[in-house]
Amino acid sequence: MTDRLRVCAVDELDPGTSMTVAGTSPAIALHRTEGGDFFATADSCSHEEWSLGEEGDLEGDELVCPLHMARFDLRSGKPLCLPATLALATYHVVVEGGEVFVAAT
Amino acid sequence: MDVVKILVVGTSVAGTRTAQALRSRGFDGELVLLGEEVHLPYDRPPLSKELLAPDASDEAPLLVPRDALDALELRLELGQRATSLDPRSRVVTTDDGSEHPYDRLVVATGADARRLPGTDGLGGVHTLRTWDDARALQQALPAARSVVVVGASFIGAELASAAAARGTSVTLVEMQPVPLAHVLGPEVGGRLAAIHEESGSTLLTGVGVAALEGDAHVTGVVLTDGRRLPADLVVVGVGAVPRTEWLEGSGVVVADGVRCSEDLRAEGVDDVWAAGDVARRTHPLDGVDGRVEHWTNANEHADVVAASITGGPAPPPAPPYVWSDQYGHRIQIVGRPALGALVHVAGTLGGGDLVAAYADPTGVLVGAVVVDDPRALMRCRKAVTRRAAWTDSGLVPATA
Repeated sequence: MTDRLRVCAVDELDPGTSMTVAGTSPAIALHRTEGGDFFATADSCSHEEWSLGEEGDLEGDELVCPLHMARFDLRSGKPLCLPATLALATYHVVVEGGEVFVAAT
Repeated sequence: MDVVKILVVGTSVAGTRTAQALRSRGFDGELVLLGEEVHLPYDRPPLSKELLAPDASDEAPLLVPRDALDALELRLELGQRATSLDPRSRVVTTDDGSEHPYDRLVVATGADARRLPGTDGLGGVHTLRTWDDARALQQALPAARSVVVVGASFIGAELASAAAARGTSVTLVEMQPVPLAHVLGPEVGGRLAAIHEESGSTLLTGVGVAALEGDAHVTGVVLTDGRRLPADLVVVGVGAVPRTEWLEGSGVVVADGVRCSEDLRAEGVDDVWAAGDVARRTHPLDGVDGRVEHWTNANEHADVVAASITGGPAPPPAPPYVWSDQYGHRIQIVGRPALGALVHVAGTLGGGDLVAAYADPTGVLVGAVVVDDPRALMRCRKAVTRRAAWTDSGLVPATA
């Protein structure tokens, strides 16, 4: 079954920024695009252990790891350039009543 | 004709990533990855960093996990050094005399660490480029009492940092008045280099090496100003030379690297591409003609080459980017600081808060140096890519 984890209120995450969701293992990162959409992915870059919630950079609907500049599609988690070759896990996000929830299995 | 066989010469980042990118882009023909080193493709950045720590692994850090490498379904021809190219018959010959035909060739032979002339065969003198180099240093460092590092750019600084972490102080000898001045200018170069003295190492600048002393094993370094430094371990980090000697006479145009078009086709012959440290082109973002010896550049080149060979869309160009880990801090550099003038600098490397911005005469950010702040680095990277004003890069708070 799928648990729904409350992450934060909508206005607690600024557009164009990311955060690591507390208490998730493996860690999940929540992202909010400049356009206001929320996405959730694995927290670590798939190339090398590095927190994308803490330090990932959003460019439109893409997520860039600041260590080696691997890029990922926020929607699918798919890698868009080397050195990443593996997709990030993605998680369903629900926004309800001004609160953001992530479906953590 | 159909491309049925692609030969990639060079098994480091550029070559291996090219093989990966070709498969990602759907090339399903015969793929051969050939190189001089006997090791499976490994990653180089850790060699001068964590792999010099006292508890470091004695296994090479694989660039691609074994199962992912197997999944590429390529033929690895290790331990074979390419010695000549005949582009008319499309054959590469290796040092054992064997011939390797191709339909498309990718030159990814990289660069060799530059050595001090006349020091071959002298024990205790090292360079740091390959896994074998790193293994030799792993074994030499614990016993070393007097370490001299020639060159205080990134390799030299990382080596000094690794030695300091072992409690071994080193003396760095740098030809320029300030390390990295040619890349970052004297102000920022000085702020980075100060950490050596703070960490117990000695930095001598504006002086070169005249000779090394010792019969079988090095005992000292004689400087150009006549000083003599005792030494039982010397590490030379004075740049790299592109590996193009095997292309002589082939028709491939070589001038400090393989001269290439924007999509990395080698000039002078058909069906040959180049990638990584050995490839020279005009950079599609900043127009600078030259080689870029950065790890990320090799990754980018790999996909540019794969796109060109397979006829797919080229990846978006990215500004040059390099990082260095020293004394527990991470230095990140984006763009080309040398193309601009220093317009903002604050902080130090030791304080973990250095930021520096370089702009062209119109105020456009062309390069930045950031320590321990990846988010700031990424803001600068965006600004460099979009040719934004440095004042809009977020490095300094907007003034009212």
